[in-house]
Amino acid sequence: MGPVGGVGGDRLMTAVEERPDAGVATPEFEALAARQERRRGALLALPAFVYLFLFFVIPFAIVIVYSFATRTAQGSVELGGWNLDSYERLSEQIVRDVLTRSVTLAIITTVLCLVIAYPFAYHMTTVGPTARNLMLVFVMIPFWTNFLVRNYAWRLILVTDGPLSQGTEAVGLGTTDLLFTQTAVVIGMVYSFLPFMILPLYASIERIDKSLIEASSDLYANGRKTFTNVLLPLSMPGVVAGSILVFVPSLGAYVTPDILGGGKNVLLGSYIVTQFGTARNFPFGASLSVVLMVVMLTATLAYFRGGGRNL
Amino acid sequence: MTATAGPRRLAHRLRTGHAGLVYLFFYAPIILLVVYSFSADRLVGRWGGFTFEWYEEFWNNEELTDSIAVSIRVAIISTIVSVVLGTLSALALERFTFRGQRVFDALLYLPIIIPDVTMGIMMLVFFSEAIEIVSPTYESIFGEPLTKGVNTIIVSHIAFNISFVSVVVRARLAGMDSKLEEAAMDLYANRWQTFRHVTFPQILPGIAGGALLALTLSLDDVVVTQFASGPGATTLPVFVFSLIRKGVTPMINAVSVVMLVASLVLVALMLAAERLRTDGGADVPDQPDKISA
Repeated sequence: MGPVGGVGGDRLMTAVEERPDAGVATPEFEALAARQERRRGALLALPAFVYLFLFFVIPFAIVIVYSFATRTAQGSVELGGWNLDSYERLSEQIVRDVLTRSVTLAIITTVLCLVIAYPFAYHMTTVGPTARNLMLVFVMIPFWTNFLVRNYAWRLILVTDGPLSQGTEAVGLGTTDLLFTQTAVVIGMVYSFLPFMILPLYASIERIDKSLIEASSDLYANGRKTFTNVLLPLSMPGVVAGSILVFVPSLGAYVTPDILGGGKNVLLGSYIVTQFGTARNFPFGASLSVVLMVVMLTATLAYFRGGGRNL
Repeated sequence: MTATAGPRRLAHRLRTGHAGLVYLFFYAPIILLVVYSFSADRLVGRWGGFTFEWYEEFWNNEELTDSIAVSIRVAIISTIVSVVLGTLSALALERFTFRGQRVFDALLYLPIIIPDVTMGIMMLVFFSEAIEIVSPTYESIFGEPLTKGVNTIIVSHIAFNISFVSVVVRARLAGMDSKLEEAAMDLYANRWQTFRHVTFPQILPGIAGGALLALTLSLDDVVVTQFASGPGATTLPVFVFSLIRKGVTPMINAVSVVMLVASLVLVALMLAAERLRTDGGADVPDQPDKISA
């Protein structure tokens, strides 16, 4: 730090010039500097804070308040008569079915992404730096490409008598008609979220000291043993981070199930939207949103606890 | 070692094959989409000879071209605002300590991790409540009722973009040596001069990267926009989403390809910004005498 305590700026420097003992860091001076510093920091953060308070925190609070409100017969929200009815509905059979189906599909998507991404990410760490960068860039491109378009592309491929069906027929496997099935939804979600798995896995495998793997095989461990006893435990942070990054958006997915699932087998995302649309049950929709937010927040905390931030 | 070299090479080959299949999975849909957008067959996903017909149909569809204009307007305005607010908050978090810093830090992460559907619902209930409260006053001043439209879409996009810009700029600030800033201040540059001549040129690639990310997210968004938009104005993705729900037509293929090309251009720019960011450090002002206190 500099002669005037480094930080502080113009106003502070004026203050320094007025002081006879300028340049000497007295306790009061340090306190003044620290106070000014805090004020400047807060001032810089203020515009974004005010914006997010108005247009994020308040909307967030309204959703929570709605979840305890009553639905009137006309389908509007009555503020007052607070109750837990909307949360009690979560135990209804139809709601449990939706939740179970959404969680199952999200788990299947996560596991498939993990199985596909792991050897891929490992392979990236074994090739030279140029090939590695190229591999990374070509993973990033679909990641940045319009989400709606990517899902629509699968609609085109899976459509009855479409390219996939023509392909399987040509090789003698008969026609396939996958569109509007749960398989189609899983394909679309794996396709959408696979980069979220590859990137953290790559980051954590890349950090592993390769000599550990060589040591393991020098000690006559076979490939499987090296994988389960050395590679997998060391890359666990990447496995956890990638799984959370895939699971959370899969659970709340709305566009993919709508385009590729065709509204059959309702999932959580569409179910929430229905409550605010045709069903007009805002309090119930709000309580479902709160459930989704709680899952998301828990997963995120686990992610940060697991050191995911460093990936 | 020779005993393991064989299986190892085989494993490497297997993984190369696997990587090839993953890339096929990534790119085949995109390539097929482009190919079929030129197919003359009225049924989507069938080849019926080459045509530009669907692009023409798209170009002559006024609703579609209007939604493109809305998309571009929303993306540009929301990007500008969120770049300013996001950069300021990145500076505050990386270079200062202040009361409530941890709360602010956590708050900034929320829009990134919250599911789209939840954010959309939040916007829906917020705007319906807010409009109810503000509309009478608004109508008495401007003579027309306040409704959801382009402005509410912009407000919602800024709400999620601030966070993304802030994360990108923060990463750049964290990777930057703060000694340069300290040196400038030791040389009696004040805070503003230090920012203007040292910090800003250094974080510029980060700001550019953040701006491109904000543009991309704004141009991509379907779910949040759907709940923030009114009957008068929709963005291109929301309009296309509603078209897909009504039933696919070859014209949607053509629109999708146009959206695809737009995202690819943004990716290319983003990669260029990334390169600037990693090569950066050389863009420290080379005329230190300009920093005069």
